[in-house]
Amino acid sequence: MALSHLAASASRSSSLLKPLSSALSLRRPISGDNSPLTVETSVPFTSHQCEAPSCSVETNPKELLTFFRDMALMRRMEIAADSLYKAKLIRGFCHLYDGQEAVAVGMEAAITKKDCIITAYRDHCTFVSRGGTLLEVFAELMGRQAGCSKGKGGSMHFYKKDSNFYGGHGIVGAQVPLGCGLAFAQKYSKDETVTFALYGDGAANQGQLFEALNISALWDLPAILVCENNHYGMGTAEWRAAKSPAYYKRGDYVPGLKVDGMDALAVKQACKFAKEHALKNGPIILEMDTYRYHGHSMSDPGSTYRTRDEISGVRQERDPIERIRKLILSHDLATEKELKDVEKEVRKEVDDAIAQAKESPMPEPSELFTNVYAKGLGVESFGADRKEVRATLP
Amino acid sequence: MAAIFQGVGAAAALSSSPSNSFDSKKFVFSPCRSFSVRKGASFAVVRSDGRVNLNPKGRRAQQLISNAVATKSDSAAASSSSKPGHELLLFEALQEGLEEEMERDPRVCVMGEDVGHYGGSYKVTKGLAKKFGDLRVLDTPIAENSFTGMGIGAAMTGLRPVVEGMNMGFLLLAFNQISNNCGMLHYTSGGQFTIPIVIRGPGGVGRQLGAEHSQRLESYFQSIPGIQMVACSTPYNAKGLMKAAIRSENPVIFFEHVLLYNLKERIPDEDYICNLEEAEMVRPGEHVTILTYSRMRYHVMQAAKTLVNKGYDPEVIDIRSLKPFDLYTIGNSVKKTHRVLIVEECMRTGGIGASLIAAITENFNDYLDASIMCLSSQDVPTPYAGTLEEVTVVQPAQIVTAVEQLCQ
Repeated sequence: MALSHLAASASRSSSLLKPLSSALSLRRPISGDNSPLTVETSVPFTSHQCEAPSCSVETNPKELLTFFRDMALMRRMEIAADSLYKAKLIRGFCHLYDGQEAVAVGMEAAITKKDCIITAYRDHCTFVSRGGTLLEVFAELMGRQAGCSKGKGGSMHFYKKDSNFYGGHGIVGAQVPLGCGLAFAQKYSKDETVTFALYGDGAANQGQLFEALNISALWDLPAILVCENNHYGMGTAEWRAAKSPAYYKRGDYVPGLKVDGMDALAVKQACKFAKEHALKNGPIILEMDTYRYHGHSMSDPGSTYRTRDEISGVRQERDPIERIRKLILSHDLATEKELKDVEKEVRKEVDDAIAQAKESPMPEPSELFTNVYAKGLGVESFGADRKEVRATLP
Repeated sequence: MAAIFQGVGAAAALSSSPSNSFDSKKFVFSPCRSFSVRKGASFAVVRSDGRVNLNPKGRRAQQLISNAVATKSDSAAASSSSKPGHELLLFEALQEGLEEEMERDPRVCVMGEDVGHYGGSYKVTKGLAKKFGDLRVLDTPIAENSFTGMGIGAAMTGLRPVVEGMNMGFLLLAFNQISNNCGMLHYTSGGQFTIPIVIRGPGGVGRQLGAEHSQRLESYFQSIPGIQMVACSTPYNAKGLMKAAIRSENPVIFFEHVLLYNLKERIPDEDYICNLEEAEMVRPGEHVTILTYSRMRYHVMQAAKTLVNKGYDPEVIDIRSLKPFDLYTIGNSVKKTHRVLIVEECMRTGGIGASLIAAITENFNDYLDASIMCLSSQDVPTPYAGTLEEVTVVQPAQIVTAVEQLCQ
């Protein structure tokens, strides 16, 4: 991965090795700086049936550095998951989010943990941005007890109830009605919170989406439908699956906003705008124009339906982490070395989490029967040969 | 195993087989019931044009199928360097079957997600889009309910679509279409519309695919009146059943299994089909009848090796036809062995095994020396962790234990 190479080479070749403390003393301390900074997004918002928010985003150095660190962590985590999959420690389906980190990170910056997020199967990074730990991620991916779903869910089933992260769903599009249901519950309890229901450009053609949207609009629910448009539904390009790939307009009577999903600040602005809108006026659709570097999943090379030039082009021009890095450097908020140190730190964190996850044991055989029902019904489950494993469903 | 056809007329006489399950014009049978595959005795072969060739010993016209699958015997003929037939993997066999049917009948079309340009997520439709074009191999958006419905609508006018669910579990989104329209339209229209559709896809428990992608839909679909269900298990029967399913006038749900796509086998070069309603005799025996289908067949055969070493002689039947059951073959076997073990991948509650137990008990209770045993998967969502997933499905060791208990 480009980042790790840079980190490695810079630390060896840099001749200007100032001790970190003296570097810090020459400028304001970077970690605690909340002084406001206004950044212009490079791509304007396109709106449908509403007024687009301004391109000037309020931020501060601390936030930018947090963005950088979080995205670097997510990127490193996904690359590590790739290697673990190839080493057969992760099996089954594994859908990686690298390239799309800005959406998770930007969204989180605009909302609170009381707002709900629900997404599909490309959920590792969203889980982390909601407060999930790396240990929980890697342990779940490897099917261990320390995983967030006790090893029983797998890559596509990450959940975190205490920070209102509702998953983690395998069937395309099924999470959107669920998300609108969450919004209904929020309105019902008068929480003043919103739900972000994420889906992809492939899922945008599901009927249940439009059904849920209609009902949400009818009932004025604080539901924000976010289409993470990475332009490919597995192997099918968006223009081959959708007559109108302007997903933000597909709500028709529901307003929509198209956002540059590779720009964390634009995402933050849009989500803030959407939250205000949804609390007053009901559902709104956000389309995040983003890109995934990996294929659809680990079994898809990702190059049979798109060219390598396209992938590397996006990586060079629109990479979310590079964008924040350039922003930080141009505003003199940190040195290149400091950023590379952050990346090294992050890499170590990921490696430590993987080592710790590998120590976690596989689930006990009795775990097969737990959590089938919420309350014990005393139903007996016989082992396959009707004499051995007898368990009473707890 | 060559395609051995018994007198299916006799099978139809049994009350539980519906009489519309096969098109009697196409399948003409003589009651030739030689079961002894080992000796390579006479067998009948239905050719693609519907005529039947009886093969008395000695007459080996080059068109006829010799022993397609290498069984223990007949190695003399099979071991020559120029073996008849060609070797391929199961997904290639499915592809061949599809391709041949599409060439033969211009009304056959394929629709599904990523079947065209991508070649199919399990490569079953690889190369077909290039050969037949975008109108016959259709890449659909991710909208199972609608494109299954559209396939059924097209079938009502006479087209013969093959609808692919990328994973059988996704077809749950299309359950209404499959149940109400696909299954029932022929009846509710008083026979005016036939729905010659094939709905196919991989299902079953794979390698840690997670709960939602490890579903066995045969248990959910089995109650729908008006549909047929078949499950393939070898490249030979995959191709044969695929072709038969496409040619059938009834809607057929064709179950493949995620883990069986890379099975290799030598299949005949010439055109052949398998009977949709017929079970396959995998291993004749005397002590116990083991009924199974799809991937569990391989677990059963593995257990059979152990059982043979222990002195048992199990008769293994791959039921293939999940709806309707081939009670003729099954009944004959029960009458011979008097003990039945069913090994399935469905969950215990409401699975194929449950229905099979009911059917056998109703019809052959007098021939049974012991209660029917059924080994099924646990009634739990399939967990992701590998160790837990293994315990969810039936393993060969449990089959051996079950046979030993049954034969006491």
